[in-house]
Order: sequence, then C-alpha cells, then structure tokens
Amino acid sequence: MIPEIGQFALILALGLALIQATIPLLGALWSREDLTAIARPAATGQFVFVMAAFIVLCHAFLNDDFSVLYVATNSNSALPTPYKIAAVWGAHEGSLLLWILILSAWTLAVTVGSRGLPHEFAARVLGVLGIVSVGMLLFTLLTSNPFERFFPAALEGNDLNPLLQDPGLVMHPPILYAGYVGLAVPFAFAVAALLTGKLSQDWARWTRPWTTASWMFLTVGIALGSWWAYYELGWGGWWFWDPVENASFMPWLAGTALIHSLAVTERRGIFKSWTLLLAIAAFSLSLLGTFLVRSGILVSVHAFASDPERGLFILLLLGAITGGSLTLYAFRARYLTVEGGFRLVSRESFLLMNNILLVVATAAVLFGTLYPLFLDALGMGKISVGPPYFNAVFLIPMLPLAVLVGMGMHTTWLRMSGEPLRKRLLFPAGIALMIGIIFPFILFGQASALTLVGVVTALWVIASSLLEPAKRLFQKNRSPMPLTRGQWGMYLAHMGVGVFILGATVTSSYTIETDSRAVPGDRWQVGEYELYFRDIRRIEGVNYEATEGEFEVWEGDQLVTILRPQKRVYRVQTSPMTEAAIDVGWGRDLFIALGDPLGDGAWSLRVQIKPLIRFIWLGALIMAFGGLLAIMDPRYRVKRTQEKDAISKQSLETA
Amino acid sequence: MMWRYLIPISVFLVLSAFFVKGLSLNPRYVPSPLLGKPAPEFELPRLKDPNLSLGSVDLEGQVTLLNVWATWCVGCRQEHGFLVELSQENNVPIYGLNWKDDRNTALDWLSTLGDPYIGSAFDELGEVAIDWGVYGAPETFLLASDGTVLYKHIAPLTRDIWTSEFLPRIISECGSIPCPIANN
Repeated sequence: MIPEIGQFALILALGLALIQATIPLLGALWSREDLTAIARPAATGQFVFVMAAFIVLCHAFLNDDFSVLYVATNSNSALPTPYKIAAVWGAHEGSLLLWILILSAWTLAVTVGSRGLPHEFAARVLGVLGIVSVGMLLFTLLTSNPFERFFPAALEGNDLNPLLQDPGLVMHPPILYAGYVGLAVPFAFAVAALLTGKLSQDWARWTRPWTTASWMFLTVGIALGSWWAYYELGWGGWWFWDPVENASFMPWLAGTALIHSLAVTERRGIFKSWTLLLAIAAFSLSLLGTFLVRSGILVSVHAFASDPERGLFILLLLGAITGGSLTLYAFRARYLTVEGGFRLVSRESFLLMNNILLVVATAAVLFGTLYPLFLDALGMGKISVGPPYFNAVFLIPMLPLAVLVGMGMHTTWLRMSGEPLRKRLLFPAGIALMIGIIFPFILFGQASALTLVGVVTALWVIASSLLEPAKRLFQKNRSPMPLTRGQWGMYLAHMGVGVFILGATVTSSYTIETDSRAVPGDRWQVGEYELYFRDIRRIEGVNYEATEGEFEVWEGDQLVTILRPQKRVYRVQTSPMTEAAIDVGWGRDLFIALGDPLGDGAWSLRVQIKPLIRFIWLGALIMAFGGLLAIMDPRYRVKRTQEKDAISKQSLETA
Repeated sequence: MMWRYLIPISVFLVLSAFFVKGLSLNPRYVPSPLLGKPAPEFELPRLKDPNLSLGSVDLEGQVTLLNVWATWCVGCRQEHGFLVELSQENNVPIYGLNWKDDRNTALDWLSTLGDPYIGSAFDELGEVAIDWGVYGAPETFLLASDGTVLYKHIAPLTRDIWTSEFLPRIISECGSIPCPIANN
C-alpha cells in the first residue's frame, strides 16, 4: 500500500506542477495578481508531494520491500544501511526522482529568494521552472515509475551495483544533480526575461547568486566523481573523457562562462543577449547530458541501463525546453541588444575573451563527445574518440585562458592603460617563471616543455590571485579599500584554478606507474620506495568476500605505511571489484591495486606514485569555496536603487 | 528579424536531427573486421573425440555456419532449440566452436538438448576464439565455400534473423537453397 502512496504523491505533484506551469505565466501576461499569486503555493505544495514520494521510496529500500521492482533490482537485505539509501538513486528510476526532488527544492528556494523581485517577474520564473518540472514528472510517471510493483514479490533483491557501494558515490549524485538541476534557475530567469522583453542590470544581480550556487555544486560534484573514479575503478586515473564525464563537464564550462558574462551584464549592462544565450545553453547542456547518459545513444563505461523509449522522451523534452527557449530567443533577443563600448585593455575585454575561450572549449568537448554519433548516423563508420583528442582540443583554449585569468583579475572596467597593469603583474609573473622553471628540475630531475608551461601557468594564476589578498593581509596601512566578499571569492576561486592546473600538470607529468608480478615475500623498488609483499589472505565483508594483500612500504629503513588492497567479490552480483589501497599525502599518493592471480601464488599488481594528485580535488574545492564566498556578498541581499554607482567608483569588484 | 539570433536554434535543430537518427542506431554494434575476409585458420580437437581434429579444412568447399557456444552461456541455451530445428532442415551444415567449456558438461548438454552440429571443435582455452574476434557467446559466422566470412551475428540466433540476414546471403552466394556441394 505504501508504494502506491508514493506514486499518488507524484501524480499530485504533477497536478501542482501543471498549475505552476500555466496559471502564473498567464497571470503575468494579463497582469492579474490573483493568478500570479498561485505560483508560490503551487511550488511549495509540489515540493511537499515530491518529498513525500521520495521518502516513500527510501522507506521501501530501508524495509527491503522487494515487491517494488526497483527495490528488488537495486537492493538486497544484506546491503549496509547507508548504501540502501544510496541505492535509492543508484539506478535510472530513483535517480530521476532525485532529479525532480532537487528541482523542486531549488524551486522552493526561489519562492523564498524571489520575494524582493517584481511580482510578475517572479511568477514567470516559477512558471518556467514549473514547465521543466512537468516534463520531468511526466517522464518519470510514463516511462520510469520507481514504484512499479512486482508480483510475486522477490524473496531477495538483486543488490546494488558493487561499483556504487562506496561512500563517495553516496554523496556524488545528490551534489552533482544539485549543480545540474540548479542551472534550471538561471535558465528560468533568462526565459522570464525573454518573455518580459526587458532585461535590467538588476536582472543580472538577481541571477548571479543562483548561477554561482549551482556552479558550486557542479564543481564539487564533478570533483567527487573524479575522486571516486580514481580510487574505485582501480586504474588510478582521475579523468577519462568518458561521455558521462563530459556530460557533467559541458554544463560546468558553460556555467563558468555564464558566471563571467553575468558579471559584465550586471556591471556594465552589456552582453545581454549573450548572457541569456549562455543561461539557456548551460541548462540545455545538462539536459543533453541526461539524454546522452540515459538513451544509450553513446557508448560509455558507466551508462545507465538505456532504453530508446526513454531516450525519445528526453529528446522530446529537450526539444520542448531548449527548442522552445531558443525560438523565443530568436524572436526576442534583438530587443535586448545594447551597444556599449570598451577599450582593449579593460575588464570587459578580458571577460569577453574568457567567454570566447570557454565556449570554444565547450564546443570542442561537445563535438568530440558527439563525433561517433555523427559518423554513425551518416553511415561513415564506427569510431570512438579518446583522451588524445580531448586533451589536445581542451588545452588549446584553456592555456591562453589561464594566462588571461591572471591579467583579467587586475583590470578595471571600461578602460585601463597598460602600464599600471604591467607594473602590477611583473611580480607574480617573475615568481611564476622563476619557481616554475627551477622547481620541476630540482624535485623531479627533468621536465618537458609542456610540463614547464603547465607549472609556470599554474603558479602564475596562483600568484596573481594572491596579490590583492596578500596586500590586504600584510600591508594593512597602505591598502586603499577592503576587499568585498565577492572579490575574496573571485580571487580564491581563481587560485583554485591555479592549484588544479598545478596538480593536473604534475600528476600527468611525473606519475610513476608499474605493472608487476609478485608473490608473497617479494621485495622490489618503485620510485623512492621499497615494497614488501607480506601476505595475502581471504577476508569476509558484510556482503562480499575479498582477497586482501598486505604490503609494507619502506623508504630507506623507515616503514612508511602498510597498504591492504583488496579484490572483492560481492555475493549477489558476483562481479569482481578492485579496491585499491592508497596512502594519501599532500605531496604524493601511493596507490596499489591488486590485479588477477597469475598462478603459483603470484599476483599481478599495479603500483603508482602520483605526485600532487590531491591538488586536483583541492583546487576544485577551493574554487567552490570561492563561489560560496561570492554568494555571501551582502550586495545580493540589498535592494539597490542606484545601479550605476559601482561603475562611477571604478572599483575592482567582480565576483 | 536579425539572422544571427536564429543561429542557436538552427544549430540545435541540426543536433536534434542527429539525436533522432541516433536513437535507432546501436553504438555497441561493431561490425566484424573479418567480414569479406578469409576466416582465420584453425585446427582443434573434436569435442566428441579428442583424438580427431576439426579445422578450417573440414569447413572448406561448402557454405557453412560456425556457431560459437558454451554451456555456461544463457543465450546459447535460448538459441539451441532453433539450431536443432535448422539442422533438421539440412540446408546448411552447422559446425560448433565449443568455447572455454568443460568437455563432459558440454557432451551432457548435447545429449540432453540435441546436437545440431556436424561436429564441434573444443576450444578449451579460447585461443581460436580470440583469432576469430569472439567476445561474447553466442556468435554465429556464415562462411563461404572458400572460407570467406560472409556474415557474423552476435546474440542468440532466431528464425527472424535467419530469414532476414542469413538466407539472402546464402542465396546470393550460391544461387539456391540448399547450396550445391562442390566436388573436391
């Protein structure tokens, strides 16, 4: 009976979403306040019912209700409780419900956060979010009902995919979805502006915190995914350019471009139609990702069970949402175009270049991801596009972008003469060149040209990001103005970019990777460490059996650590899983993964020493934290009347 | 209307056309590189009698089917009934490649479910299967009398697939059903 309540709650939510998607928009069109007023209660009610449905599904998992098909397919009574919760979003149907829950949560947040906005505008935003919600709820109820019954009930469940039985994967989907779905909010703001036919600088100020917030979640979500792939897939890589990864990365790139173009629109009132287009593109790319991952249209290592019928449905949804908004854009955007000049050396022109480069990178990733589909559809053969393509086409726009970041932060709006900029940047540039060229040789003995370029660029970004904060911290009496939270956020986020580049460059250049064969009792040298294969034995987990190797790691006569990598076989799904053992450190990770038995007690082993790999995820976290600071800037909460004052002050503000 | 505002929607429409087309394609289907080429030479012990061998020479001179099967493979059990049916029609000789299997289990399987094969080669270590590019049983190869691979089907063979994919190829290869057997 309880699962039916969940389904009924979803149907009620759909009813409320239909109301939210129509009446407020009509109310805004006819200027009828009695109609627009329905938006908030409808959105709130929708959240309540979606939440109820979600709780019902959690309840079914926690109580091992194997009469529900989705639970029987993705859980098992022996599954540890945290993973039963994670199993709720462990496959297609439940993750879609999570998607909808998060959308309704963002919508709820908008109902609260939009109180200071003009009534009609807020109604339009909520109306657009309602349309998205209607689409997703229909999708769930018509093609992917998580509450579908299964008669007779199964005695035992089929268990959660062992790859997903991992702490990183418990948090990864909700955070990533919060980012994906959060982009619906700037999208709704953009469509509302197109419907209104007006776009004030206020609009950009309202949109910015929502964009930054979802970008923040997306950043952390992607980082978590990469971290999980690193330690769970057993290969020791952190990014594979798999279609699923690209699906999350493209909205991030577009979202990053949007954050920067919103800054220009807010401060200078230009780039308006471009900003709108980016807002539409960012959310469309996250819908596109959903389509690519769930339709089976591309081959991916971690795709959902795919189904052409579902694919068709999301495609229709994509057509309605993206096609609809782009059509609206085609008719309305020209009314929003404003001519505004700026000089070559100015904040605007740097942000323009930022946007161009980010869009080029997005397009390159999109093209590479879809290229196999293009060829196949044209009957020109079957191919797959791998990391060499992506690394190359991604690096080409990103390298100049990283160089420009350091300069752009220190420019002012409208115009700036090159001289003070050059003077200010001489110091960070000098530091970056000196340390960046010398240290790789001191620490690692050798360096390729590309490595040096990467390290110097990374240090350049870090040093130029720290320039202003350092002045404030160390020369209190001489600094003219305290930094706003927005500025702190900007500098920090950019520093995160630098930290990330440093980690990525050093890890890719100096990883020591060996595949070897060993029997217990063997000793051998990897890099500066000596490994001793002490023992191998069988152990019993809660719902798996494992073979666990025990390795001592010595540096000289000092025992560094004992590592215990496992090879697990989960009892229900019997697929072998590699659990790498990692000795984590700021300077380097030492990674051991157990391969296959080679007979005569010998095992194949993969041992890797990965310097600075932690910086990759640390960089992402710093970026996200910068975003958090930027959102907390008080200016987003103050209703301002004087819009132009920031310009007249010629301040340095950005983020 | 300014044309540049139509660019985004146009790009989107072109992409959508590809997506619509893509939904009916199977990205996981990779045609065998062996198509139209001579099948790899092999010689293995026979399943029923390890002292006798079965190899490329036995298949030559006639259009044949080579079916890769194993007792651990669920799809093989699904298609087995149809293979037995097909063998009774006497149109095309069917040979088996018993892949990474246990000899006794495989013999039991044939005696209980029926044996559609003229003979089965016993590829215990899967070495021949690697040469043939087998990555999942069941797979069925259609071979011309000179040993050229005419067609390869992955997944259980059914009457529908037989009629739509195999029969036309056999007819165009030898002009009639059953194929006239070459004298050599």
